[in-house]
Amino acid sequence: MLEDKDRIYTNIYGFETADLSAAKKRGDWKDTAKLIKKGRDWIIDEMKKSGLRGRGGAGFPTGLKWSFMPKDDGKQHYLVINADESEPGTCKDRDILRHEPHKLIEGALIAAYAMAADACYIYIRGEFYNEAVALQAAIDEAYEEGLIGKNACKSGWDFDVYLHRGAGAYICGEETALLESLEGNRGMPRNKPPFPAMAGLYAAPTTVNNVESISVVPTILRRGGDWFANLGRENNAGTKLFCISGHVNNPCNVEEEMGIPIKELIDTHAGGVIGGWDNLLGIIPGGSSCPIVPACDCDDLLMDFDSLKAVNSGLGTAGLIVMNKSTDIIYAITRLSKFYWHESCGQCTPCREGTGWIYRIMERMVTGDANIDEIDQLLDICSQMEGNTICALADAAVWPIQGLVRHFRDEMETRILEYRQRVA
Amino acid sequence: MPKLTIDGMEVEVENGTSVLQAAEQLGIEIPRFCYHDKLSVPANCRMCLVEVEGAPKPMASCAMSCAPDMVVHTGSEKVHKARKAVMEFLLINHPLDCPICDQGGECDLQDQSVAYGYDSSRYDEPKRAVKDKDLGPLVKTVMTRCIHCTRCVRFSDEIAGVPVMGLLQRGEDTEISNCLGETVNSEMSGNLVDICPVGALTAKPYEFNARPWELSQTDAIDVMDAVGSNISLCTRSGAIIRIQPRMNEDINEVWIADKTRYIYDGLKKNRLDKSYVRNAKGKLEAVNWEDAFEAISNKFKTSEKIGAIAGDMADVESMFALKGLMNEFESNNLDYRQRGENYDISNPAGYRFNTTIAGLEESDLILLIGTNPRIEAAMVNSRIRKTVFNNGTKVALIGEKADLNYDYDYLGNELSLLEELASGKGSIAKQLKAAEKPVIILGASALNRKDGSAIHNLVYKIAEKFKIVTKDWNGFNMLHQNASTMGALEIGFTPSKKGLDTAGMLKANMDILYLLGADDLDFSKLDKDTFVIYQGSHGGEGAKHADVILPASAYTEKHAIYMNLEARPQTSRQAVFPVGEAKADWKIIRALSEYLDKKLPYDDLLELRDSLRKTSEVFDNIGEVIPVEWSEFGKTGKINKTGLSVDIDNYYQTNIIARSSDTMSECVDAFINKDDKKVA
Repeated sequence: MLEDKDRIYTNIYGFETADLSAAKKRGDWKDTAKLIKKGRDWIIDEMKKSGLRGRGGAGFPTGLKWSFMPKDDGKQHYLVINADESEPGTCKDRDILRHEPHKLIEGALIAAYAMAADACYIYIRGEFYNEAVALQAAIDEAYEEGLIGKNACKSGWDFDVYLHRGAGAYICGEETALLESLEGNRGMPRNKPPFPAMAGLYAAPTTVNNVESISVVPTILRRGGDWFANLGRENNAGTKLFCISGHVNNPCNVEEEMGIPIKELIDTHAGGVIGGWDNLLGIIPGGSSCPIVPACDCDDLLMDFDSLKAVNSGLGTAGLIVMNKSTDIIYAITRLSKFYWHESCGQCTPCREGTGWIYRIMERMVTGDANIDEIDQLLDICSQMEGNTICALADAAVWPIQGLVRHFRDEMETRILEYRQRVA
Repeated sequence: MPKLTIDGMEVEVENGTSVLQAAEQLGIEIPRFCYHDKLSVPANCRMCLVEVEGAPKPMASCAMSCAPDMVVHTGSEKVHKARKAVMEFLLINHPLDCPICDQGGECDLQDQSVAYGYDSSRYDEPKRAVKDKDLGPLVKTVMTRCIHCTRCVRFSDEIAGVPVMGLLQRGEDTEISNCLGETVNSEMSGNLVDICPVGALTAKPYEFNARPWELSQTDAIDVMDAVGSNISLCTRSGAIIRIQPRMNEDINEVWIADKTRYIYDGLKKNRLDKSYVRNAKGKLEAVNWEDAFEAISNKFKTSEKIGAIAGDMADVESMFALKGLMNEFESNNLDYRQRGENYDISNPAGYRFNTTIAGLEESDLILLIGTNPRIEAAMVNSRIRKTVFNNGTKVALIGEKADLNYDYDYLGNELSLLEELASGKGSIAKQLKAAEKPVIILGASALNRKDGSAIHNLVYKIAEKFKIVTKDWNGFNMLHQNASTMGALEIGFTPSKKGLDTAGMLKANMDILYLLGADDLDFSKLDKDTFVIYQGSHGGEGAKHADVILPASAYTEKHAIYMNLEARPQTSRQAVFPVGEAKADWKIIRALSEYLDKKLPYDDLLELRDSLRKTSEVFDNIGEVIPVEWSEFGKTGKINKTGLSVDIDNYYQTNIIARSSDTMSECVDAFINKDDKKVA
């Protein structure tokens, strides 16, 4: 269990105010200029040492990502922060934006300096109105104090932060769609290559990072990459904000060490599963797109990238959706399917046409108005969508269904047979 | 130059070549819907997926650049499965209405479904239906058939420069729409029909007319403007059913303008199909060829002042024959400038489009003087737009303000601007000096004024001042409007040796005036006693004033050579027979010459072309441009202050065929008079 001294987000619950003076008391903006003066290579090396993996879902090593940015090319670089948190089951960035905005802004300054970017765009989810107001207030404060802007923190580095509100499209959380949207175009993912580090925002080298990935940066640098790397397990280092929702007694956001057993996480912080651990049906461990892990696999399951991958799921954003036995699991997954159908951008054929198709089949699966062999057909359609599109939304749409069929096929078949008997 | 292996075959390609293009070089066709050679690459249809060794997922070959040592499989089982998947997804919401779809038989989706489609559908859910859009009188929409390849969106953004097409909604509800219901007000809109891979956008005038397999195709040259776009005439049962572009990278690439494409209904209307002679009562009376020739012959016996004027669509052979005939009567009163454009016709360097159309792509600054290329020569304009879009070429305009589909610096319409420039001053002077490959395009129709030749000379001085012409770059261009112009100049259908020009002939009260399809003369100046012979295809102003009408073939009904504004001779082939008793123009003149006892020395088209080649070696090199020496043109003179103006009132009705076309009048209503309609 994470000790209080190793906690990065000390105000994640908003018990204290988010303003600059309170943030400073918590240790933010302390000697930022010194960190910057240690130089770009030091910052990136330290980030690599820390073993931080991107917190947006894909888990790509952050330090490595930063090192892809061209060095000394004398061109305009951008840092873009992805605050378009829309993954169902995930609400960690929201609390950072609300209660710890200065961690984000300070992290942005350091990260931008490390990548020689003098401008940072924060793309915030359109629905996060209050969060946008809070963040803008924090940005304004930072400007007033000279922490950002010309000669930010007296480090000699000029740095501007722009807050941009999205218009409510899930797909704009995909990094290249986000860049398109930021440029004023329709939010549709771009083809890769070129990757944003080569040609991103306005065709300039760009790095897109998640809010959590950036806001942990100052603390990591202050306390050293080794400190962070020593938390958690190898290749799954550090602390992480977990969002626990669903059938638990006390849904919450909590910062914990990576690799904490899922049972301990739920029992300690969320007050346990409603009806007790034995009443657990399954958990979606990393936001809606990760396949469900059935209760039988959950007992000794560790919450980190590699262990979850081993049970055919993923850590994703670490948004746990806990479901106990009162759940109609087919309906629950159908609801997710509806979400992806609604959020597909419509660019690639398999996703545009496929998300609607599988959603409609799933709707019939809920009532049982289907044939048994349609379950295989469903899987086949899923396999036709997976990997054939520009971005991963189609993959995200089919994973929950594949997880459902993998673990709850019996229940689907029973439902169909029951329906047959009823109408016959 | 990466070397890669595709399906076991090695190929070395240029840097930046996509896998799809590399496969094409090897003759491997990869199916595609969204990819188009001339448009940007969105890679959204996912039909061109291929397997690349080492990549976990199938890759879109259209968007993937070739890399050294890449190993690509285009026909593996994995690829086939992925393509079948895409095809199935495309078809679940595509209506099965091929029997009533105009695209049937030339539909990419139909063709590919033969290779990758399942024999029956697994989709049992409700299908999508999409409301049709109104894109104007040329493009018909059936939006339910749309497969969202976004070619039309990219075409209107990138090529046409009228960004009115776009995507609305998202996911399954995505639909292609025209912004705020606006019609596609572009002279290039017909190309939308060509680029649409399915039947979502089809040609309205061609609606339910024919199937592609019923049509025969004839290679021809367009005569609506001086560009000489390469076209393919599609015919069935002796009638033109539609006109399509034919690829020519030097001229029209793969596009054509709307007037070129949709004019064909004008070929059936208003036709002169018999000879007519004006009788004693002053009425035109239908006669046979013999009587018409008799009337002409009688008049020739008593006439001394004879002149001929060629119209805007006259071909080289007929002008050559007519010139021969006129010379037999010792007349040099020949002209092709119906409105009297006044520029130096003695020096080809001064009246040609020297840079060539494709050459425009190399330029970094284009100065337009007295021209609106968008309506005068849409394909030249499209090339300018292309270089502006791709290379950031700057454009400036001196003359009437024009609605061009790219940004340009408007310098004004004062002629003092030209004088300033000639002395090296003026706002654009610095840029002209700095430009590596500057281009000047001078509109010929703007020189339809007394001081035209002086302006011509002034522009020569500007060209000299700014070194527009160097050893390996000729940036001076004149933009003509008519298909006949360059041919007439080449063979010398011009007032030489004290011959009279158009204005001179009208003033001099000619005894006989021979009009070869000339309809745009100022007929009010025509003397009542002049005996007018009108030889042409359509009844218009020229025929109205004629004493004898000789019915001739339209451009689709004869083998002919046309020379475009670059001085590129091109052969056009006959697609259909002339209507009624009409004959090919040169044949009429040849027959008449015999009747007048001045028999011209050729009996068939080949012989005529032989003598044509003897006069000018240009005609030995069909399809090629032979550059000319640069030297001074125009005459120094006083220039009056009136600004330059372009001599076209509306794009859709610039010639007699266009004025006969219903489709073109609909376009005028929809695009030019649309604001009047709103008021009414």
